[in-house]
Amino acid sequence: MFTGLMLNTWIAATAVAVIAGVTGFFAVLRGSTFAAHAIPNGAFAGAAGASLLGFNAFAGLAVFSVAGALGIAGLSRRARNDVATALTLVTMLAIGALFVSWSTEYAQEAYSLLFGEVFGVSSDEVLPIVVLGAVSIAAIIVMFRPLMLSSALPEVAEARGVSARRMELAFLLVMALATSMTVPVVGALLMFSLMIGPAAAARSLTARPLLAMALGVAIALVTVWTGIVVSYESNWPLGFFVGIGGAFFFLAGRAYAAGRRRMTVRAAAVA
Amino acid sequence: MSVGHLFRYVFEPGFFGSGPVHVALAVGAVIAVTSAVVGVFTVTRGQSFAGHSLADISTTGGSAAFLLGVNQFWGFLAFGAGAAAFMEMIGVQRRRGRDVATGVVLGAALGLAALFLYLGTQTSSTTGASFSILFGSIFVITSSTVPALIASALLALATVIVLARMLLLSSLSPDIAAARGVPVRTVGAAFLAALAVSVALSAVIIGAVLSTALLVGPAATALRLAKGPVRATITAACIGVASVWLGIVLAYDSFYWPPAGRGWPVSFFVVMLILAGYLLSYLRRRDSREPARESLDAEQVCSPV
Repeated sequence: MFTGLMLNTWIAATAVAVIAGVTGFFAVLRGSTFAAHAIPNGAFAGAAGASLLGFNAFAGLAVFSVAGALGIAGLSRRARNDVATALTLVTMLAIGALFVSWSTEYAQEAYSLLFGEVFGVSSDEVLPIVVLGAVSIAAIIVMFRPLMLSSALPEVAEARGVSARRMELAFLLVMALATSMTVPVVGALLMFSLMIGPAAAARSLTARPLLAMALGVAIALVTVWTGIVVSYESNWPLGFFVGIGGAFFFLAGRAYAAGRRRMTVRAAAVA
Repeated sequence: MSVGHLFRYVFEPGFFGSGPVHVALAVGAVIAVTSAVVGVFTVTRGQSFAGHSLADISTTGGSAAFLLGVNQFWGFLAFGAGAAAFMEMIGVQRRRGRDVATGVVLGAALGLAALFLYLGTQTSSTTGASFSILFGSIFVITSSTVPALIASALLALATVIVLARMLLLSSLSPDIAAARGVPVRTVGAAFLAALAVSVALSAVIIGAVLSTALLVGPAATALRLAKGPVRATITAACIGVASVWLGIVLAYDSFYWPPAGRGWPVSFFVVMLILAGYLLSYLRRRDSREPARESLDAEQVCSPV
């Protein structure tokens, strides 16, 4: 389980879980869940186009995810955010459908891009994944304070000269960067589960930002690692375990938060 | 060039004689109207993400149906309605919390979809199935599903029209609505159910992933162009039907286009037409001082038209 190709799988999946935990924290805090879904999902079209033209899938993913981020940010200036996101997403997917209809033997590859092919990570793919992951983390560390401020208290941030629009664009671009590395591993659809489930669970466990972020990363790691082991044993797709695991941790976190609230109420009543 | 030539240039020979084209045009129109009407409320309520998620989730139903060998339509409908109920159950009323709840349900459902598709390909080796589930195929609607399609479309449409006033009021100003005795929570749940049905329908036509386009696009465009809920709804329905019909014509024409020589997908044309319409709607309002809202306000709802 820890030899050869599987070692690549472990390294890639760990990098993916860390970046998903960190970006997911901000995605949940900012309420940009829809964008977190739209960017990886739309980037899939880029991979389809790249395979059609014979380019590297990473290039296609990067171009489309950045275009998606710019599209969402650009349209949001004059439209409601969710409408802008929805229209950007469907446009990218429609282009993807066109690319897929042009190529002949793409269906299997499309399945693996949507749902991930974690056991097929080759050694040349590990390095770009780890590098892109490090770059996204570095970008988040650099803009941590303004991003945190504009996510939690947008009005205060504006008053201090942090432009909400610029922060939104910067965050979407980091998400795009993270996406282009994670889609080949966990798939477009499940990158999203990995970003939202653990981060939302962590947020219901603690209100402290750094702790919540660390918890989110930890939960994402547990989800992916368990998923790989179970998927390796059962041969079922990793995406299934990641999707279910994310939902499980979210519900557990909500149950814990509800229980603690009830305890507080009871303690207050006794006192 | 005579009118006849032009006509033949636009409509490839055999367009009007083809059975699948008739079904596609008729069903496409019904679904475009339903999606557009439901879409106006979806956009006004800021529930585009829920709409898109319900469409994606019904792909899971589609793959489950494929696995069990029943008609995809029932799978779409069952999973869509189930997910709507679940979202309502764990949904928090605040918009951010609601989006997270939607996202978690969506993530779990996509995981299930991965499993069903995997199991499906294990047993019957048809990898193309995941494709028709996601991107749909308007030319291969089986005529036995048409009555069920139309019945559910009418049901969703009727629900939304009956609830129209209460829905608009409760989404624009929950406090006024509650004060007037509108059961805000129940109305929201009923709307989510209608949304699930309408999305499952368009998922059959342009594919689950792209049905969001029909839901959000025409409605957002109409809300920029028209004043008042009634006019906006009618405009949205017209834009929706026009995009679907034109999309079908173009897809039929594209049969001999390069590079593959077997037709471009209908969903591609429909989405591009909808996007073009939306972007064009920016032009109209550019010089007006009042910015376009893409929504309605409480005043208009209390005195429609």
